[in-house]
Amino acid sequence: MAEVRAEMSANVWKVLVKAGDSVSDGDTLVILESMKMEIPVVAEEDGTVSELAVSEGDNIDEDDLIAVIS
Amino acid sequence: MESLLVANRGEIARRIIRTANALGIRTIAVFSEADADLPFVGEATESVCIGASPPADSYLNVDAVMAAIEATGAQAVHPGYGFLSENADFAQRVTDAGVIWVGPSPTAMREMGDKIAARNRMQAAGVPVAPGTPDPVPDVAAALVAANEIGYPVMVKAAAGGGGIGMSAAYNDDELASAFETAKTRAQRFFSDPSILLEKYVARARHVEVQILGLADGTVVALGERDCSVQRRHQKVAEESPSPAIDSATRAALLDAAVKAGEAVDYRNAGTVEMLFDVDTGESWFLEMNTRLQVEHPVTELVTGLDLVAEQLRIASGEEVSFDAMNPPPAQGHALELRVYAEDPKRFFPGPGAITEWNEPTGSGVRVDSGYANGNVVTPFYDPLLAKLIVHGETREAALDRARSAVAEFTVVGPKNNLPFFVELLDNAEFSSGDYDTGLINRMRS
Repeated sequence: MAEVRAEMSANVWKVLVKAGDSVSDGDTLVILESMKMEIPVVAEEDGTVSELAVSEGDNIDEDDLIAVIS
Repeated sequence: MESLLVANRGEIARRIIRTANALGIRTIAVFSEADADLPFVGEATESVCIGASPPADSYLNVDAVMAAIEATGAQAVHPGYGFLSENADFAQRVTDAGVIWVGPSPTAMREMGDKIAARNRMQAAGVPVAPGTPDPVPDVAAALVAANEIGYPVMVKAAAGGGGIGMSAAYNDDELASAFETAKTRAQRFFSDPSILLEKYVARARHVEVQILGLADGTVVALGERDCSVQRRHQKVAEESPSPAIDSATRAALLDAAVKAGEAVDYRNAGTVEMLFDVDTGESWFLEMNTRLQVEHPVTELVTGLDLVAEQLRIASGEEVSFDAMNPPPAQGHALELRVYAEDPKRFFPGPGAITEWNEPTGSGVRVDSGYANGNVVTPFYDPLLAKLIVHGETREAALDRARSAVAEFTVVGPKNNLPFFVELLDNAEFSSGDYDTGLINRMRS
């Protein structure tokens, strides 16, 4: 199981997966926007999105949970 | 001019307010909820909250800014850079309300705002332009045809764009197809206009721009050049003047082209003509014109001794500038600007956060234009510029030495910042030699 957390405070621009989706290492899960830059957040292992903790438009802080891959 | 509303935030709002306060003008800051504690708000004579933190709700909200102008009775508006500064409809509304717009006419802004129209206009005025598409490219098929006519590599750009957003180089058909779609999506999202244009891509390029001032009587003067070739993600990180890349004949040709560009659109106030200089062939081409004060204007101020904001306010009021327009001040010595960004110094990813320690360097030949102070929070809503460190020296070498000391003296604790990158840059042999191009940072990171 791997928790995917935010590297910085940001706005959630796009959510590209939903709970239950299977994903591969390198797949983009969500795209954050911070300081006028888009930052893709990718899965770092193969698995299933067992939890998705953000929605488009959310403001999140550094270290906030984005998703859990298991 | 008795009162001035500054429709911007951070370091540029503070810098404009500083000059206007010194001239005895009543200054009005507008701010978003996120920015209430920043220095520019407190340093203005008055301040008005214009909305929530996302730019669309505040700094980009024309109705909110117009309401603040009316409520405060502001006599003039300075838009700074970014946000509404190149929005001709906003400039028109300000002007229609009987308020002075510190900038060019809405007509000149429209003519230069559309990159394709501007290119065609410049070509007609005798300003050299790079080979490229004279009209927007509607789809991938048309882009492929155009690219094969221009010859690879080509640069794909948003016609309405700026700040490097949506720009990328393509070396073959496959890369072009993907670059075209990306550019189109971003152009729609960031500029509400999906028009794309293609241009010849220069492998070893320097970005050299000319500061112009269109005076109240219609004269256009050029105030030297700035070299902005230190870039990451097509965005500037450091700028210097004079450019170490060009000789006096090239300089004269660039300044002449910039004056022609300004005259072609009957330009008033401060503007910047951006040119691309091909290191291998020595050719230079018009890129675009920015119809506003530029982020890096302080390097021109340090070599000319002028206060460009004060000159802007004089021109907007219909007054004469402070110098002899027939003999504008030449560059004295060398100036370098380093953009201190809230980003990590390796990958340049944004790193907002609370500032727990902030100490600016001081001393002769050192200037800091900052938007923040100790205790402020850098939020994710706006661009990552924390401060500009600008240094001046008798020679380029002296300026670089001064920059090394100033960077060492600058302390920022809290948000990630790129000061360690500047230590690297100032020690880099290619940068120190002056013989570098826009690929410098990529080479430093590869």
